[in-house]
Amino acid sequence: MVARMKILIIEDDLEAAAYLAKAFREAGIVSDHASDGESGLFMASENNYDVLVVDRMLPRRDGLSVITELRRKGIHTPVLILSALGQVDDRVTGLRAGGDDYLPKPYAFNELLARVEVLGRRKGTPDQDMVYRVGDLELDRLSHSVRRQGKEIPLQPREFRLLEYLMKNAGQVVTRTMLLENVWDYHFDPQTNVIDVHVSRLRSKIEKDFDVPLLRTVRGAGYMIKDDRASA
Amino acid sequence: MSKLRVLFRTTAVRLSALYLILFSLCAAFLVFYVTGMSERLLQQQTRDAVTAEVAQIEQVYSRAGMNGLLRSLERRARQPGANLYVIAGPSGEILAGNVASLEPGLLDSEGWTERPFAYQRYTDENKKDSHVALAHVLVLDNGLRILVGRDLQEPQKFRALVRQALMVALGVMGLGALVIWFGIGRNALKRIDRMSEASTKIMAGDLSQRLPMSGSGDEFDRLSESLNAMLSRIEKLNEGLRQVSDNIAHDLKTPLTRLRNKAEAALARKGTSQRGALEEIIGESDQLIRTFNALLMISRVEAGSSVAEMSEIDLSQIVADCVELYEPVAEDAGLKLEADIAQNLAISGNRELVGQALGNLIDNAIKYAEGADNPLIRVSLEKLDGHVVLAVADHGSGIPEAMHDEVVKRFVRLDESRSKPGTGLGLSLVEAVMEMHHGSLRLADTVPSAEDGGKGLTVQMVFPMTAT
Repeated sequence: MVARMKILIIEDDLEAAAYLAKAFREAGIVSDHASDGESGLFMASENNYDVLVVDRMLPRRDGLSVITELRRKGIHTPVLILSALGQVDDRVTGLRAGGDDYLPKPYAFNELLARVEVLGRRKGTPDQDMVYRVGDLELDRLSHSVRRQGKEIPLQPREFRLLEYLMKNAGQVVTRTMLLENVWDYHFDPQTNVIDVHVSRLRSKIEKDFDVPLLRTVRGAGYMIKDDRASA
Repeated sequence: MSKLRVLFRTTAVRLSALYLILFSLCAAFLVFYVTGMSERLLQQQTRDAVTAEVAQIEQVYSRAGMNGLLRSLERRARQPGANLYVIAGPSGEILAGNVASLEPGLLDSEGWTERPFAYQRYTDENKKDSHVALAHVLVLDNGLRILVGRDLQEPQKFRALVRQALMVALGVMGLGALVIWFGIGRNALKRIDRMSEASTKIMAGDLSQRLPMSGSGDEFDRLSESLNAMLSRIEKLNEGLRQVSDNIAHDLKTPLTRLRNKAEAALARKGTSQRGALEEIIGESDQLIRTFNALLMISRVEAGSSVAEMSEIDLSQIVADCVELYEPVAEDAGLKLEADIAQNLAISGNRELVGQALGNLIDNAIKYAEGADNPLIRVSLEKLDGHVVLAVADHGSGIPEAMHDEVVKRFVRLDESRSKPGTGLGLSLVEAVMEMHHGSLRLADTVPSAEDGGKGLTVQMVFPMTAT
């Protein structure tokens, strides 16, 4: 298993930071806190964090400049930007400055947690697997084929990408917005439960004729694909 | 008086005054130049005439001697309007001629008199009358002096006349210009006054006021026109803002009240698990956040296109993506989402915003067509009359035509849709997005004649074609 993740929260709202630290601790993630841009930059440069959670508007040095400066120094710790500005272009500028993910405020903690976990894992293992496996489910990224118990399951291209993303992050929660962003590459609010319907279709295809469920709905958060028998 | 001072401060009058001064200087120069030139010309003529006569007289003298000369001079002197002829003795006493007296010492030296001189004629009754003439003095070999001169009265009169005429003409022109400029200045001032009067009213809060236009299409009208266009825009934005704050107060209060009620109810439920209530509360807050986000997005989009990045986007792909995204939801609702997409239609736009707008339209269609007799929702993308038209047509209950403008406004929801989930902001956002893309949003009935009851709604996003 992955070692305990250690992250740095750069956030000037002390109450919010304390709440985040507590929530992350409960999720098994250790966090440090910096309350302004300069000390955040210093701490991020001196320590080896798995993920940085950076508020965009900070005293002494704004969030984007912290990220730019870190990247200039050759520090490539994954960064998640938190911002009260939630618009399309703020995301673009944030990611352009060197951020890896962007979450507009107010956010659900589950959303933040899911994203931080995905970012933290991305750091450790470069994604080179050609075949993803979860239990008896197998996804071949080269031939674009999916098998369960050796039996081919035909999927639509989008369903394949959906399953691919879920399996790439197997054992981790992925939220609906993460799916929309990564599978459809859109960041807008689809108003209805479009993602749920897509997931349930995919689920019926990969689980219909089999006993063991793999794709689980995590209440209030999103989805996770996991083989319960494999992990103790 | 102060009014005159204000008038003088106008640009028109100041410029006019400057022009007037320049004009006067030029005119004065012109007067002096023209009179000077004409004087010189006349004097030259006089001299030429006198020189010619002197030459003739010399000739007569050398041919016919003194007698011939006297006869010739007598004849000449008797002609009407004759020149001046004087024969004088060596000491200067006048012996013969048509001149009564001369300035003394004039006959002393031979050649041209240095300057015009005064003389009197025999015909002058009043001895004080004197004439001015220019003359040439000839000294004969016998010591007699002969003066041939020409009166300068005529040229002088002519010169005075020219000068007077010029002065009068310039005076009239200057006066005319002054009057015209005064009129222009006053007119300009009056119009400016009217404009500032109107803007004072506008500043006082009456944004419906407009600057006056004379209808002449001149520069003032053009200025008024563009200022009025600006005012309309401001008024619209202001109106939108006012409406939003009104609606925020009203429409956000409802979910906030629900939220509070739920929290209260959960609190009252002693001891038991509050998990379900908390989840509901989170759900309510999410809906609130969603509404806020939509509001913010609309105002950001409306604030101007500079906010959002525009690039060449493949509209066909976006439409295909959206249809694919919503297709399962439509199917679950018992509807059929059908796509008719012209390939490779690119426009200049923002992918996310166009995607969101189309998403809103499809989501609306699914919401309001659910349970309709005809389950078809048709999403089409095509080129039409130089535009790119993206349409979502459903066969739901439709919207009465009178309400078409109304439903685009923020938070406006028709009574029958109040029960459905939604923020009431979907179409407002679509309209803002279309405005940002220099396009328009059109609502129409899917089935023009409402024979079969449900006539449906077609919403068109009309984009301008990108010039390629």
